Amino acid sequence: MKRNNVMLHTITKIVTFIILAFSVYLFFAGHNNPGGGFIGGLMTVSALLLMYVSFDRKTVDYIIRINFPNLIAVGLLISMGTGIVSMLFGDAYLTQYFDYFQLPILGETELTTALPFDLGIYMVVVGVAMLTILTIRGDA
Amino acid sequence: MLAVLAPFILALFIPALYKYVRQVHTGWFVLPLPVILFAFLFQYIPGVANGEPYTFSIPWAPSLGINFTLYVDGWSLLFGLLITGIGALVVLYSIYYLYKDKEALNTFYVYLLMFMGAMLGVVFSDNMVVLYVFWELTSLSSFLLIGYWYHREKSIYGAQKSTIITIFGGFAMLAGFAMMYVMTGTFSIRETIAMAGNIVDHQLFIPAMIMILLGAFTKSAQFPFHIWLPDAMEAPTPISAYLHSATMVKAGLYLVGRMTPIFAGIPEWFWIVSSFGIFTLLWGSFSAVKQTDLKSILAYSTISQLGLIMSLLGLGSAALYFGYGDESLLYTTAILAAVFHLFNHATFKGSLFMVVGIIDHETGTRDIRKLGGLMTIMPATFTLAVIGSAAMAGLPPFNGFLSKEYFFTGVVNASRLDIFNMDTWGMLFPVIAWVASVFTFIYCATIVFKTFTGKLQREKLDKEPHEAPIGMLIPPIVLASLVVITGFFPSLLEYTIIEPAMAAILPGLLGPTETFYVNIYFWHGWTIELFMTIGVVVMGTLMYNTYKYWDRIYFFMEKRDPVNNVYDNAMIGLVKGSTVVTRIQMTGLLRDYFTYMITFMLILLTYSLIRFDAIALDTSQFAPISIYLWAVTLVIVISTIAIPFIQQRVTAIIAVGAIGFMLALLFVVLRAPDLALTQLLVETVMVVLFLLCFYHLPELRRESFTPIFKFTNLVISIAVGVVITITAYSALTLGNQADFQPISQYFIENSYKLAGGLNMVNVILVDFRGLDTLLEVLVLGIAALGVVTMIKLRMTGREDV
Repeated sequence: MKRNNVMLHTITKIVTFIILAFSVYLFFAGHNNPGGGFIGGLMTVSALLLMYVSFDRKTVDYIIRINFPNLIAVGLLISMGTGIVSMLFGDAYLTQYFDYFQLPILGETELTTALPFDLGIYMVVVGVAMLTILTIRGDA
Repeated sequence: MLAVLAPFILALFIPALYKYVRQVHTGWFVLPLPVILFAFLFQYIPGVANGEPYTFSIPWAPSLGINFTLYVDGWSLLFGLLITGIGALVVLYSIYYLYKDKEALNTFYVYLLMFMGAMLGVVFSDNMVVLYVFWELTSLSSFLLIGYWYHREKSIYGAQKSTIITIFGGFAMLAGFAMMYVMTGTFSIRETIAMAGNIVDHQLFIPAMIMILLGAFTKSAQFPFHIWLPDAMEAPTPISAYLHSATMVKAGLYLVGRMTPIFAGIPEWFWIVSSFGIFTLLWGSFSAVKQTDLKSILAYSTISQLGLIMSLLGLGSAALYFGYGDESLLYTTAILAAVFHLFNHATFKGSLFMVVGIIDHETGTRDIRKLGGLMTIMPATFTLAVIGSAAMAGLPPFNGFLSKEYFFTGVVNASRLDIFNMDTWGMLFPVIAWVASVFTFIYCATIVFKTFTGKLQREKLDKEPHEAPIGMLIPPIVLASLVVITGFFPSLLEYTIIEPAMAAILPGLLGPTETFYVNIYFWHGWTIELFMTIGVVVMGTLMYNTYKYWDRIYFFMEKRDPVNNVYDNAMIGLVKGSTVVTRIQMTGLLRDYFTYMITFMLILLTYSLIRFDAIALDTSQFAPISIYLWAVTLVIVISTIAIPFIQQRVTAIIAVGAIGFMLALLFVVLRAPDLALTQLLVETVMVVLFLLCFYHLPELRRESFTPIFKFTNLVISIAVGVVITITAYSALTLGNQADFQPISQYFIENSYKLAGGLNMVNVILVDFRGLDTLLEVLVLGIAALGVVTMIKLRMTGREDV
């Protein structure tokens, strides 16, 4: 887009942050409330897409320097890796563990191995969606 | 446990080692592994010899009865020792055989280690499914190794051929294993053996046996599946020595031995195994004589020797029919001969392959018409060749002589059998065995005399011949000294290797403290076996010297194995046939594909609904439908109906989007916030995607269709709706009738207790069904790769697809 849409750009900047923050919330909320890696990932994708739609590609590429193919690979490795951890303890592949910890600021918090697993899912979802869309668009 | 996986783990590091430590030959890093594994397995010998098998087990998919169970007994330990021992020698040999600056050593050693691990997995795993996985992995890695010099046309041909044939057998074997599971309810080989007596009358017993034998025969290159082995000789020589003489081709023998306790005792097993084996022996030895390439000779000789061992396993299976006693001593001898010859074959054939590799490496050719007179130039190689060939021909004092004597004992005994109609056909066994041995003698003589004696034809050789470096000589020397040592002192093997292996093949014949009587000695007196050997030597010498007179029998025959024509024609036919099918099927129109898929699905669903009498429509138990649901559903239906009539793309997209958002609303009404959220987000992202593509899409054209086409589509779409609705209703009704407990109750109760999460959907996704999620995401990743490749490498329309 060659025109300079001040309104669009300003609003996009603000909204993107809100959506991103919300997607992070969704990601962490996943265990007890609606949310999780898949949904959080899709939410992040929509935030990123909003930027790609409002700004031109060069600008966004300059701001977001993420290699999406690598993101997919890293995400898969993280998810598979957490699965292997449980094998080391003699349980079946992908057995998840959880426990409660006292953390500073957050108070009593539940930590689970499902979190890194979900993080991997999140990364793959973001990577796949962005890669697909950007490739289709980039071809244009 | 770790022993089986160690090769795979090391294989992970090979590329890095190859990349960063270039000045050292990568083989040196690989070498310690088989040596350590060999030493590790070696310490099991005393325990196994005392009749104590070892087991290790890790549950893999316990709900399916698939466990990673390792089982070490005499039979598998013998193979384990061969794999690691010969593996170590082959690695050492390959360090000198492959030039470190010319060859892609990283891939070579990765494949080799992959193969080694797969092979160890095959012989040690007790679970049939695990065995099958490793089995196919050996086919796969052997494909990679045969095609290692992938720029050669023949390598590709050979690799493809071996893969097609062995994987065909592998699939058959998998089917056989599945049938076994149907009969026994277990995948464990040991448990199946324990149940063997109960399943003999099952109608699947014979089919399962044939299927499993197909797997074994293709792998062990039995007639008529043997044709892949000579073409597999395109692999680098260390590979030929390893895969095609010592280990992989013996996997079929291993399987037959392993399955003997289950299937032996019925005439079909006895006849199929022994007759295919003995015929392969004859065919292989007969074909070997007419070859002019040293490696081809060895390939056919391997085929024939494998046939020999196979027939012995078949003959020996009669022992289980009789039970242990004076009478079955006759047949246990056959098993003894099989085990002993298996070991001997690995030693002498391994060394012979290495010798041929040396000749090839140092002279540049393997053609016996060009070779000759190398005796004085390569004395060490010559000695090794003599030892190996003499052992193969069955001459004293080498180990091949001993096992060949036992082989003759086995077939002579077979001719005296009076079961399974043996009295009429039994005489054929010793006769065929003797004839085949004569041919064996001839080709062994050919290998030695055509290569090393006569006149040196320097001008025909590509290189100036000289003796091999010492590192290349050590491995065959080790093997050849084993040939000599076990020839003179067979008692070293008697109760350490042979007896435990026999006990593993023929379990249940012995009491807990009994052992098989194994006493191998040279002099049996003037027995019929000795006369047979003398006859072989006399006849063989005579025929070798008169070869040029009766060579013209071969002159009328093709040099190439006639079975190859069947294979080649089948391949050509396959390509032609599939081209025709593809032309019809792949129209390039998405709607045609959908028509095929949906029609097939409809047929399948309707058939199973009728077949199982599963149509049940009962609306009495349905929950009342609220007004919101009616409204939402109405919008969905209206937008769906509207889509086909819309002329403009934007409107169509809006209509599709309306369906999507209404579905999300439906999820909200039905209280599934996760689904609703996901649906909303997916819809949003899809809209953006549409926006991006929109500009490039062509105008929607009004296409004119024939009425028949429209009518067919109408019928299909109505049928889909009706059948799916009926299926859904029936599932619900039948579920209610059967008092079906929904699984959701389990998750409601356990999601917080077991996984510490309150959101059940999410807990299911990451905890209970984590593997599903992982694989789905993997599919997503692959799909993304597909999109990227399709778009980035867009074809211009002239490529040959």
